[in-house]
Amino acid sequence: MADKQYKLVTCTINGVRRQTMVDVRASLTDMLRNDYQLTSVKKGCEVGECGACNVIIDGECYNSCIYLAVWAEGKNIRTLESLMGPSGELSDIQQAFIDETAVQCGFCTPGFIMSAVEILESGKEYSRDELRKLLSGHLCRCTGYENILNAVEKTMKKRLAMNHEV
Amino acid sequence: MYDMKALYEAESVSEAIQLLQEHPEAQIIAGGSDVLVQMREGKRAGAELVSIYMIDALRGITMEDDGTIRIGSLTSFSHITKDPIIQKYINVLGEAVDMVGGPQIRNIGTIGGNTCNGVTSADSASTLHAWDAIVELTGPEGVRRTPIKDFYIRAGKVDLKPAEIETAILIPKAAYEGYHGHYIKYAMRNAMDIATLGCSVNVKLTENKERIEDARIAYGVAGPVPMRAPHAEEYARGKALTEETIDIFSKSVLEDINPRDSWRASKAFREHISQVLAGRALRESIRLAGGEIHG
Repeated sequence: MADKQYKLVTCTINGVRRQTMVDVRASLTDMLRNDYQLTSVKKGCEVGECGACNVIIDGECYNSCIYLAVWAEGKNIRTLESLMGPSGELSDIQQAFIDETAVQCGFCTPGFIMSAVEILESGKEYSRDELRKLLSGHLCRCTGYENILNAVEKTMKKRLAMNHEV
Repeated sequence: MYDMKALYEAESVSEAIQLLQEHPEAQIIAGGSDVLVQMREGKRAGAELVSIYMIDALRGITMEDDGTIRIGSLTSFSHITKDPIIQKYINVLGEAVDMVGGPQIRNIGTIGGNTCNGVTSADSASTLHAWDAIVELTGPEGVRRTPIKDFYIRAGKVDLKPAEIETAILIPKAAYEGYHGHYIKYAMRNAMDIATLGCSVNVKLTENKERIEDARIAYGVAGPVPMRAPHAEEYARGKALTEETIDIFSKSVLEDINPRDSWRASKAFREHISQVLAGRALRESIRLAGGEIHG
């Protein structure tokens, strides 16, 4: 058997600088779940098709299951856990998923919400069709997607209206 | 955990070449959206990998002094789509790679990986063929450049010599100046699907916009590797912008293409949609070029 190979990886996870000794064979999903207990990062298909493991790396969404943990070196990584307020409050997009019944079993939800965060933070207004395309990297086997689209669209409009007032 | 024997990480092109020389059995991993998936499937299980993903020097799109557009091989699909140089001169390439997989895949997938896999269904491949792209390869002997049509040898096999890596895709000025193009992907789903057929067409019209000065057409999945349809191109040159031109151009593609029966679609169906897509893509290219089609 070949010797095990490890590497020290330094990155920022949810605003905190972290150093981790990772097995080079690990995916970023493995590292986030096993070393940091960030269990919003789901193990779904593990081949980059379902989007359940989606996280934001340097402002862009990636399926962490097909992203090697060693590639996290120097990166800024955000998971769903980073959305929680100081007293445990939900963010507007999380609340919208509840209000619109966009959650049933919940397994796809963290991945969807992180894509929604990237969409919302762009500050752009998208059409329904554009939102459909921007969310197309996620599979949900429960809701039929309509409620998810409603949640993202309503939050986008609410934030744009708020920015407008300011 | 991935079933890999070892991972060697390169931080520069020269280091990548050196690592590939030291480990001749090793396979190159760029974004990994094919390599890691195949490793998971067991196809590449137990392999040694040389990761080039961290070589930032291979990212980005620049315009060289002679007008050549240079796309670093690790540039992601989403960055190609968003790039102002691409949008201005070869918008169709940005549109084509915007049809790969889904948003997260387009953030990790690279144009270099898409071409080095040698897969006929790659969404970038037909457009790169249709725009006379040149592949830049760097290896122990230095840098060499090869036209993309010679780069593809057979299904899954490209002209990548031992310890060589693709460092850029180049589009010379003569290949894009005055041309307007359109790509159509025919697939079963709107996202996360592989093309049943891909067709990329571009045209350059005469100055008065009455005739086709030059037309180029390339396909993915119309044969074992991406290919041009020279008979259709030859026919279109100098022709007036009429329905007849579009009709004969579309039919001429059958002289060159060679699709196969697969579980995705039959040969007969692919031959049919090859003609339909050729016509539609030519029509749209002419419109983009400012031409008007007459009865």
